[in-house]
Amino acid sequence: MRHTLREAWSGLRRNLTMTLAVIITMWVSLTLFGGGLLGAQQVELLKGRWYDKIEISVFLCVPESKGANCEPGQNATDAQRQAIRAALETNPEVATVYYESKAEVWEDFQRVYQNSPVLADMTADMMQDNFRVKLKNPEQYEGVVSAVAGLPGVQAVQDLRQYLNPLFEWLNVAKWTTIGLSLLLLLAAALQIATTIRMAAFSRRRELGIMRLVGASNWYIMLPFLLESLVAALIGALLACASLAALQKFLIIDRAQPSLKSVEWIGWPQVGLAMLGVIAVGVVLSVVPTLIATRKYLRV
Amino acid sequence: MITFEDVTKVYEGQRRAALANVTVTIDKGEFVFLVGSSGSGKSTFMRLILREYRVTQGRIFVAGKDLTKLHGWKVPGLRRQIGTVFQDFRLLPGKTVTENVAFALQVIGKPQATIKRVVPETLELVGLQDKGNRQTEELSGGEQQRVAIARAFVNRPAILLADEPTGNLDPTTSIGIMKLLDQINRTGTTVVMATHDSTIVDQMRKRVLELVDGEIVRDQSKGVYGY
Repeated sequence: MRHTLREAWSGLRRNLTMTLAVIITMWVSLTLFGGGLLGAQQVELLKGRWYDKIEISVFLCVPESKGANCEPGQNATDAQRQAIRAALETNPEVATVYYESKAEVWEDFQRVYQNSPVLADMTADMMQDNFRVKLKNPEQYEGVVSAVAGLPGVQAVQDLRQYLNPLFEWLNVAKWTTIGLSLLLLLAAALQIATTIRMAAFSRRRELGIMRLVGASNWYIMLPFLLESLVAALIGALLACASLAALQKFLIIDRAQPSLKSVEWIGWPQVGLAMLGVIAVGVVLSVVPTLIATRKYLRV
Repeated sequence: MITFEDVTKVYEGQRRAALANVTVTIDKGEFVFLVGSSGSGKSTFMRLILREYRVTQGRIFVAGKDLTKLHGWKVPGLRRQIGTVFQDFRLLPGKTVTENVAFALQVIGKPQATIKRVVPETLELVGLQDKGNRQTEELSGGEQQRVAIARAFVNRPAILLADEPTGNLDPTTSIGIMKLLDQINRTGTTVVMATHDSTIVDQMRKRVLELVDGEIVRDQSKGVYGY
């Protein structure tokens, strides 16, 4: 054991510049990777939050509206309203149905836009009666939309998801770009570790040859190298964890949260999860290249 | 102690066999010379005993183990029973004589107390009791080879393999080394020595195995180097 620790330590010191290079590469790439993990969790959080609030709005025909299911110049009839309500309430995916009359919409509108010049150009007649539908599972909206979209008296069915989906798609692209870039950097870090260990093993090839000759076990021969790369990788991983913590503290808690209070932000549990991922990847990325790099010197 | 049963070894990418249909038995406590020109298969013979390679065909038994069936992770155990000496000594530079010999015990996990006791004993056996603290680079060739022999023998192996141990030494020094190997052989250790040195073989009158193109053409007890 003493031998193992001593050899690992002397290996780290002998290749100080390479060790520093490994630590820095690991640090940067794992920070980026952890950032990707945080971003992914933030997106999931927003998605869950917003999608839960999403309702489907079924707009009914008014005299001004044009649509395949509308009689020109006519309101939707009471019979049509009854049929639409029945279709919605019997649908198994629907949780609640709420009818909002033209007058109610107008009140709402006036309240929301009370300081806006838009209000002056609008009248109560421009509003539309509609059903607001809440779904049991917000992901399963297509069935409900198609069930009522074709009914007479329905002018349009609007799903807020249409507007949110492009946003989430862009967030997804950003997430995968970050993770993809970090994977490239992590690959570079792994190759760097393999090179460092190969050099260390090469410089000690005489000793390794004798060790094999006199019957030292593979484990005994390999352990110092494993420890050497593990120490470098773990230092890099811890620095990355510190960077993620700083990101959470200074960017999200101090800046983002006070300025965007309506949005739910990731907290320390999510950061902890990302840190675990970072450490696990750091360990794998040091152990695997070391095993591969020392294989040549262990082959019996 | 060592048994070859119809052993053939063909190296990857080569058509000619390095060893061809070799069948031979070396008993415990024997001293055997392996002679033959370069490329005749002497080194291959040694390396197969160490399980550095697997045979292409046939079976090898060393110290009661069937090497053709031996798992990779058991090879270190096999090698602890075999001491090996080379023409180029293969000592660790920057370490003293004592450290070089102790290294062989440290890396197989022997306790420090054992090492402290056994290493000086072995240095005395090879006649280097006064040079334990010298750097190996300061020693003469013959002394360096004695350090290598001490390292090979410090764990009291059942078998000692010597690949041209006198190849880099002058005749007088060589005689000293041969006396040492003979002394080790008298402790019951099986010694297999590959050599080109006809004088030594002719003087020692031990069993001689001659290899030509990978085949054993002569197996002679109390033999000489050539006819």
